[in-house]
Amino acid sequence: MTARRLDDARVGRLLLAPALVALAVLAAWPGLWVLWLSLQRRIPVFGIERFVGPAHYAFLAADPRFWNALQVTLIFTFVSVALEFLLGLGVALALQGQRRGRRLAVALLLLPWALPSVVTGRMFEWLYHPSAGLLNVVLGGEAINWLGEPALALPALIVADVWRTMPFVALLCYARVLTIPSEIYEAARVDGAGALATVRDVTLPLLRRVLLIALLFRTLDALRAFDLMFVLTGGGPANTTETLTVYAYRSLFQTLQLGFGAAIGVVVGALVMFVAWGYLRAMAHEEEAAA
Amino acid sequence: MSGRGAVRDAVVLAALALWAVPFFWQALTSVKPDTALPAVERLLAAPPTLDHYRAVIQRSVMPAALANSLGVAALTTLGALGLGAPGAYALARLPVPGKRALLLSVVACTAFPQVTIVGPLFVLLRALDLRDTWAALVLADTSFALPLVLWLLAGFVREVPVAMEEAAQIDGASRLATLGRVVLPLMAPGIASAGLLVFLMSWNELLFAYTFTATEASRTVPVALALFPGVYEVPWGDIAAASMLASLPPILIVAGLQRWLVRGLTAGALRD
Repeated sequence: MTARRLDDARVGRLLLAPALVALAVLAAWPGLWVLWLSLQRRIPVFGIERFVGPAHYAFLAADPRFWNALQVTLIFTFVSVALEFLLGLGVALALQGQRRGRRLAVALLLLPWALPSVVTGRMFEWLYHPSAGLLNVVLGGEAINWLGEPALALPALIVADVWRTMPFVALLCYARVLTIPSEIYEAARVDGAGALATVRDVTLPLLRRVLLIALLFRTLDALRAFDLMFVLTGGGPANTTETLTVYAYRSLFQTLQLGFGAAIGVVVGALVMFVAWGYLRAMAHEEEAAA
Repeated sequence: MSGRGAVRDAVVLAALALWAVPFFWQALTSVKPDTALPAVERLLAAPPTLDHYRAVIQRSVMPAALANSLGVAALTTLGALGLGAPGAYALARLPVPGKRALLLSVVACTAFPQVTIVGPLFVLLRALDLRDTWAALVLADTSFALPLVLWLLAGFVREVPVAMEEAAQIDGASRLATLGRVVLPLMAPGIASAGLLVFLMSWNELLFAYTFTATEASRTVPVALALFPGVYEVPWGDIAAASMLASLPPILIVAGLQRWLVRGLTAGALRD
């Protein structure tokens, strides 16, 4: 038995080693090296490469563009995720009673989620076109410049993001809803619970866990969002859609300040890890309460 | 009652179809002539044409980009599954020191923003002289594909009954033989699900692909579409056609392999 366990331990290391080496080189090492990079002034085109300590972070603390980007990131994340959450939950509940066309319904939901986000960006760019776009025509021949107007660009981006990712929340909730045994609903009906009360007292409590997980995934994704901004606005107009990720990317590869861009990247990473930690704590709490 | 149920079903489907209108509108635009595009009523009335598809296939970088994307996504999928499946088995079933910490760091890897590591990866890939190659993209995409595969497949391994493995071992099979002959075949659906997710993620990936590519030699579909050229005005019809071509693999997967895709998508979230 012990020989077997020893053998198992050796096989385990053997099986896991290639994956761990790959992750160490491709994820852990860049994740640590970025910290070091963020402490340097590195502008390759000018051959500049020197240690500056926490200077970039000190600069960011007083950088209005950074605070603007943080605000845009948080607004984008909060509004997008809230809308996805409400709409996705609604769709899942609507699908709960679906008898025919379930496969079609799931396919229609999967489509926006599975498309490349660059395609989504191009689609919405066309829908938002000031003169030929479908949206302005539907609104009765308006000529609104959705992506060029500072007050409208961020809402327009949020709509495109919600379109793309609401189905994710809906599908997770729907998959959970399908596993609820019908006897529970029978019991609720026998107890005289109405439709609303059933949703509130039976369905929603059972969905709590999956909703938390969907929220976690979606929040992390929204905090890191890049593609839609890149295609639709590039961060403009007047930086009203410049998220932290876009600011980091522009610093890294447009103004080619590797060290400074790395510092913003570290902030994004820290923000994401902090939020993930918060959610995981909430979920652990949830499980304790349930147990 | 059944009549009301049918109406309700139809209303829900209609609402979902309405949600998908942006996609259908792009599909419709892709088959309408340029002259009809400036006004919606003309667009609706115009006879369909394949001009945009012809233009995109004959005179744009899309065919090369499609080949690059297929190659990169397929290699990333194979690589992540090849490295991830054995590792996932070890994480799920074998005594590995520091397992909890390992699992946690795998989860942390899936959450890590691409923009955080893109700078160091850029320096690394430049040092290895891999810029503008498929290899650069496969390596970069593996950084987010592998943690996902490890996490998903470890869950699928746990679903394989231990009794079946024990039976094989009592018959004298070694761990590796058990893994190959008993566990892997039982995990095939799970592997397919994880593979589909990785393929889609790699197919759709923009940030790494935009950063590490420079020419037609390695530019993937999202990059080509994001950079789609317009000389005097934006070629909306051509862009729509290119968008449809870029959407083809996801559409085929959604239409044909829905079950596996949903399984992979929901596996992590519904498992206790």
